[in-house]
Amino acid sequence: MFAVSQYGIFVMYTQGLDQQGSGDGKQASARDSEREARFQERIDGEQKIEPRDWMPEAYRKTLVRQISQHAHSEIVGMLPEGNWIGRAPTLKRKLILMAKVQDEAGHGLYLYSAAETLGTSRADMIEQLLDGRAKYSSIFNYPTLTWADVGAIGWLVDGAAIMNQIPLCRCSYGPYARAMVRVCREESFHQRQGYELMLALCRGSDAQKRMAQDALDRWWWPSLMMFGPSDNESRHTAQSMAWKIKRFSNDELRQKFVDTTVPQAEYLGLTVPDPDLEFDEATGHYRFGAIDWEEFFAVLKGNGPCNRERLEARRNAHEDGRWVREAARAYARKKSEKAAAAAA
Amino acid sequence: MAEQDFPLWEVFIRSRTGLSHKHVGSLHAADTQMALQNARDLYTRRQEGVSIWVVPSAAIHASDPAERDAYFDPADDKIYRHPTFYEIPDEVEVL
Repeated sequence: MFAVSQYGIFVMYTQGLDQQGSGDGKQASARDSEREARFQERIDGEQKIEPRDWMPEAYRKTLVRQISQHAHSEIVGMLPEGNWIGRAPTLKRKLILMAKVQDEAGHGLYLYSAAETLGTSRADMIEQLLDGRAKYSSIFNYPTLTWADVGAIGWLVDGAAIMNQIPLCRCSYGPYARAMVRVCREESFHQRQGYELMLALCRGSDAQKRMAQDALDRWWWPSLMMFGPSDNESRHTAQSMAWKIKRFSNDELRQKFVDTTVPQAEYLGLTVPDPDLEFDEATGHYRFGAIDWEEFFAVLKGNGPCNRERLEARRNAHEDGRWVREAARAYARKKSEKAAAAAA
Repeated sequence: MAEQDFPLWEVFIRSRTGLSHKHVGSLHAADTQMALQNARDLYTRRQEGVSIWVVPSAAIHASDPAERDAYFDPADDKIYRHPTFYEIPDEVEVL
């Protein structure tokens, strides 16, 4: 029998692994490769891996890295949009934006929960975010300068996220796949409200239309970068595909995004800021210009327009909330002591 | 050293009356009341439920996946537990 420990269910299992390492090395590695073969068989047979199942340490590590980065992105992603809640032009738009930002918080929490089932505590993951060790999606290090940016984020950034997340609903790791099903179901509203907002601006005054075009100009390339480095640069792709964590390569998803988004921009009457963009009749795909990867890696390294601001906002929120967490703990303790005294 | 997190709770939701509660995920909360309120905000923002259970994760005990075969195989060869095992002539109705 296994106790379900308070740090996600599986601390016991990782302890089991440690003990194994101290035994006879050769025997352990033979057993491991046999286990690994059986594990890969299950994956190839499209069976889901569940938290307490045996898994190679590298699979666990890859998932913890990916799921926690994903969770951090949802949490940091609240900041650029939260910036406009107080300045939304109508009550309707304000309610929509609040609901969307609340969803992002929810997505972050589903994902932290999924990562915790791999034996990493949420407190540790948050600490890694706050001290700058953990990464999150580079897109959230760009500023939201105008109201149209709220529309562009919903349409492009959430659109790109959906493209990326739909295949993750079939990810080999059960808890991650299940979290993605919930996220995708909710994400569709995010993209549609963004497009509708852009549509409203594009049907408005010249100044409003210019604002929409300016937002597309600034968000287009960073949105394409969201899919990550191109396939020949991506270190993790091959292994992640073999493990069925990933179902499509970065470039495949990016191409799909361009193919679906360009006609949407045309419908709005906006121009995609890429002089090389061209529909290729032969392949049925759009050919697009070269991505500025130097910018991508600079933002990833911490030198984007808002990296410092974003982390500082998260740190302040964490510090400012400390007294609330302490009060909640004190209140819980007091109540349980009272209940114990009454029972005695 | 990271700040100690609130205890972990497993959340079960009855999506409509007449159905049983189903596990939907987990969350951290300081006590029962906050666990219920957080579960409402986290797992029922779109009318997903009419009733919520929260259970401290530490109170759940599970079977060992390594012993799955030994545990569940004995049910494999007992085909006589299924109605299709029995041959009944077609002429016999309502059986």
